Amino acid sequence: MLDAIGSDGAQGATTLAARMKAVAAVAAEAADQVDRDARFPREAADALRQQRLLGIMVPREHGGEGVGFGEIAELCAILGASCAAAGMVFAMHQIKTASLVHHGGASVWHRDFMTRLARDQLLLASSTSEAGIGGDLRNSVCSVVPDGDHVTLEKDAIVISYALDADAILATARRAPEAASSDQVLLVIERAQADLVQTSTWDTLGMRGTTSHGFKLTARVPAAQVFPKPFAEIAAQSMLASSHLFWSGLWFGIAAGALSKAQAFVRAAARKAPTVAPPGATRLAAAAAELASLKALVRDGIARFERARRHDDELNSMAFAIAMNAVKVQASEKAVGIVQQALIVVGIQGYKNDTPFAVGRHLRDILSAPLMIANDRIMANTSTMLLMSRLDADLEG
Amino acid sequence: MTTEIRSIIARTVELPAGVDSLTDTSDLYEAGMTSFGSVQLMLALEEAFDVEFPERMLNRKLFSSVTSISAALNELVAERAEG
Repeated sequence: MLDAIGSDGAQGATTLAARMKAVAAVAAEAADQVDRDARFPREAADALRQQRLLGIMVPREHGGEGVGFGEIAELCAILGASCAAAGMVFAMHQIKTASLVHHGGASVWHRDFMTRLARDQLLLASSTSEAGIGGDLRNSVCSVVPDGDHVTLEKDAIVISYALDADAILATARRAPEAASSDQVLLVIERAQADLVQTSTWDTLGMRGTTSHGFKLTARVPAAQVFPKPFAEIAAQSMLASSHLFWSGLWFGIAAGALSKAQAFVRAAARKAPTVAPPGATRLAAAAAELASLKALVRDGIARFERARRHDDELNSMAFAIAMNAVKVQASEKAVGIVQQALIVVGIQGYKNDTPFAVGRHLRDILSAPLMIANDRIMANTSTMLLMSRLDADLEG
Repeated sequence: MTTEIRSIIARTVELPAGVDSLTDTSDLYEAGMTSFGSVQLMLALEEAFDVEFPERMLNRKLFSSVTSISAALNELVAERAEG
């Protein structure tokens, strides 16, 4: 897979990978049913809790394992190869955990919540999108409204993935009713504090198990649950990098899973007729090179984040945002191409859903990659930033 | 200098409450400036003062207030006078 070296050296990473492989085995069993019924991958979520993989990003002093972005991306790849929906749930949860870990340390309530997350293996969901903001997560219509030592929130959330199966939802909103739409905060809403009325269903081509329904979200929570740091900084310093890197890791895993099936198919054909090169063998070789280049892209993105990690100025820089955007756009397009090649290599046996070489689910799932934050929107943002940022024209660093 | 910067902000950046409601140290992002707005502002400042902001200056902080823009411009104008 991505072969990330753990913060504890290779041995730590092996252990994490072994734990995730156990989850992936469980997820694989249920993957077709999860996809067919568009239901939450409950078995995989239970296995993630059992393997205690939900709290691994939390620092050791708060009961976690202090795992970094590289290992998380690798774990997303392992799970994604078996069940993309379960992999996406894991990725989204870790994106939220990254925000909590990077920006919650300064507040007593959030430190305590981190400890609870690790101890009780809480699953975090995200509510950023909202009716009327045109898909731009850096704008909110709704706002938190002070109410004594509490705040209230009413949000028309177009999508909250796996909201009904999460233990808490991290939601964005304006800082106050009179604040500008881009002046946002992030707050933690525990499941028991949230009133969720479903407003839309999730009947999609792929990624069906993320159950990304729409909801009217109403909540009243202690004001301490609002992150002290402005969401603008949380978005720039942890969310942008974690979402693009974890998703890219997951997409790599889906592509690798599909291509592994293509390789098994070519091998089987070669065994039947050892003297003739199987059709599709050279196409498989080309796709394997594409997969290697996708791997390099994701790993370089991770290394870039690791270099910037302790420097807020660098994390806030446009050059860094441009680099992360490039990883997302490139990884999503490459992964789609690789899965399509895998289907061509396998042929009809891959097009059928009931063969060991079926890659239909992989293809339907990966087609979400260029759409979840639309690549066109990302490139429009990058084009603006390139007006005021140096082009990265060095091979070093 | 700050008067000119303010008029450029008024021309190029959409702020719900307008630039006149802000002090020189008010945070422009908090007042509603988007990253697209900051690019428009940068281009207009470069044009008006005949300078080019170097890479080392180009970060979120530079365009966060009238004061920080003014400090950066003064530095660039001084450099030009020396050079």
